[in-house]
Amino acid sequence: MLIDWNHFTPWSSLAGGMTIGIAVAVFTLLNGRIAGISGIVGGLFRLQTGDIGWRIAFVAGLVTAPLVWQLFHSLPTFQIDTGYGILALAGLIVGIGTRYGSGCTSGHGVCGLSRLSPRSIIATLVFMGTGFVTVYIMRHMLGG
Amino acid sequence: MVNIIAMLAGLIFGLGLILAGMADPAKVLAFLDITGAWDPSLALVMGGAIAVGSVAFAVASRRNRSYLGLPMHLPTARVIDKRLILGSLTFGIGWGMAGICPGPALVLLGAGSSKGIVFVAAMLLGMGIFEILERSRLVDRPKMGGRI
Repeated sequence: MLIDWNHFTPWSSLAGGMTIGIAVAVFTLLNGRIAGISGIVGGLFRLQTGDIGWRIAFVAGLVTAPLVWQLFHSLPTFQIDTGYGILALAGLIVGIGTRYGSGCTSGHGVCGLSRLSPRSIIATLVFMGTGFVTVYIMRHMLGG
Repeated sequence: MVNIIAMLAGLIFGLGLILAGMADPAKVLAFLDITGAWDPSLALVMGGAIAVGSVAFAVASRRNRSYLGLPMHLPTARVIDKRLILGSLTFGIGWGMAGICPGPALVLLGAGSSKGIVFVAAMLLGMGIFEILERSRLVDRPKMGGRI
């Protein structure tokens, strides 16, 4: 295993992770909800009164984060090398997969692992595993 | 109040993703590329988030209501079924293809990235397809004697 020390950002990643943890804590302790993004967004497709407002509010907060960031600092680069076709296919797969699997990196990976939920531990191992394999195939076998 | 807290939580979450480097798909792919030049940063994102999150859930699990007096909506499902496994398996493939998961996708959308917009549109389409399939499954169920 070859570690890319030049791009390794331990402190900002740890601080960013803890910031995410604070968001999770605020949402759970005050609103009594799990901060799982795919579940929050997916729930918007099920129109139930009293269940829409907070979902839209959470998504609005998330979407405005880069704008608020820019009030204090310029944004870091978000580099997307993937072409539009693959990107659209990936988005479609992520949408379907996270709903069938009842969660994504936030719901299972952060909240679920924090709760030591057996379902989330399995889900996280599975999506991390297929993530590693997919990148291996795309970069080292197909040469993308 | 609930909506203000939700918006604040979403905002803090998004700022955390940007600070952590998770909103940069190239960095996420560098983490998933364990046989290439591996960037382990995202393991620290997970570690930092779980360190704080586990304290919050330890407190939450002892309470019936939140500090705002709302019911605690913590997941109760226990069964590890085919849906969980196949769904997660599918999600991992999509994540590995682009290096984008739902949270960062919404941050990229907010940053005005045209690729981010395409990804979010496709993701919403995928979630919509799931809903349609779910509804037809639930409608079909009684005809099949309650079992599929």
